[in-house]
Amino acid sequence: MMENAAVAIEYRNVSKCFKGAGYNAVDDVSLSINEGEFITILGSSGSGKTTLLRMTNRLLDPDAGNIILFGENICDANPVQVRRRIGYAIQQVGLFPHMTVAQNIAVVPKLLKWDKERIDNRVRELTELAGLKPDEFLHRYPAQLSGGQQQRIGLARALAVDPKIMLLDEPFGAIDAINRLNLQDELKRIHGGLKKTFLFVTHDINEALKLGTRVAVMNEGRVCQFDTPENIAKNPADGFVESLIHSCRQQEKFWEGLV
Amino acid sequence: MQEIWGNIVLYFENNMDAYFNMLQQHISISFRVLVISIIIGFPVGVLCVVFKKRQKMVIRMFQILRIIPSLAVLVLSIRFLGIGTGPAVVALSFLAIPPILMNVVAGLEGAPPFMLEAAKGMGMTPLQVWLRVRLPLALPLVLAGIKTAMVEIVASATIAALIGAGGLGQIIFQGLSVRRTELLLIGGVSVAIISILSVLILDLIDRFFQRYKRYKLH
Repeated sequence: MMENAAVAIEYRNVSKCFKGAGYNAVDDVSLSINEGEFITILGSSGSGKTTLLRMTNRLLDPDAGNIILFGENICDANPVQVRRRIGYAIQQVGLFPHMTVAQNIAVVPKLLKWDKERIDNRVRELTELAGLKPDEFLHRYPAQLSGGQQQRIGLARALAVDPKIMLLDEPFGAIDAINRLNLQDELKRIHGGLKKTFLFVTHDINEALKLGTRVAVMNEGRVCQFDTPENIAKNPADGFVESLIHSCRQQEKFWEGLV
Repeated sequence: MQEIWGNIVLYFENNMDAYFNMLQQHISISFRVLVISIIIGFPVGVLCVVFKKRQKMVIRMFQILRIIPSLAVLVLSIRFLGIGTGPAVVALSFLAIPPILMNVVAGLEGAPPFMLEAAKGMGMTPLQVWLRVRLPLALPLVLAGIKTAMVEIVASATIAALIGAGGLGQIIFQGLSVRRTELLLIGGVSVAIISILSVLILDLIDRFFQRYKRYKLH
């Protein structure tokens, strides 16, 4: 981890309770994330991991606590301005079917009124970064892409205006195992080259430990442990983390039994 | 058969001007009705989606209007609006608004929530989400609604001749009263042709806006 790195994201006692629910979906979470880190948030469904992510770009507002991005408390900021500075990718990708690949990537640059030449150059650059040939793909519609290709474009679109922070909500959740491994490697490569802060939500422990420079394990709205993958594997903080590691080991045994 | 054909030729030889006059009236009534029903149906549909609570009430009201046969609407409208082209246009609009309105609502509500969420998450303002994502995605269904309305308008405009609106219905009603088959054929086939042509034109527009749907993964 970098010394003296700026704090990119800080959650201060953040809680969120959905209407009608008797419990907190996110319960008094405090985390401090440095610039350039690749943070994975690991948890099962209902653990509050997606809620925490969606509060970071103000798709949801916390009921208590503050979220500070690079020293700015976003709870007081204009949500639209906050979102334009943050990359956002989701499992369903959400490419707009009536726009070509190029138009999809250009959405946020156009919102920010970039000139045409700058947009064109950026679109080509990003398509290449996502591992696809611009001349072959730019004029296609999303329906003409495979699931993996769509998610590559989804990531390119999220990176379009070079945001310092990227929020990724199970982006590889619907992709087959082989493509997922490739995409994980490429995401790691992209992160390494850009020095951005990535926040990656997943329920897959292997994915979380493989990608994260640090991993936040969440259960029932709380962060059980926030540490490097090595430390989590060696010293699980509580019974829940231990049971996660245990489930992984079980799988290993199952594989050994097969071979 | 030979005789009917001869009569048809004879009709056109003697009544060319009158025929084109009625044809033009028919198209002009249909077009005016279509424009009015889009101008009313589209925004009301949008409002129905924005103010969800009132939506069911408004749609139900228009559905009831739709159940009433077009002939009854036209005859009833004489009482309130009198006779002539104007009243016919108003009455026919009541029939054409429901399919447009309902398809606007269905199209706008059909946008997948995650896609709207993605648009919002990227930093679109609520208005931008509507203009750049929600409306374009609804367009195919909106056009389908306009197509349905168009067919209904062209057909019902025939009956509008009954309340003095003119149009090709005049030929048909004349044929009915004097029992001349060739007049029924001329009127009926002309209406059918206008109907088919208008659907073809709308299909072309439809294709242009839906070109992204024609591509399939190879």
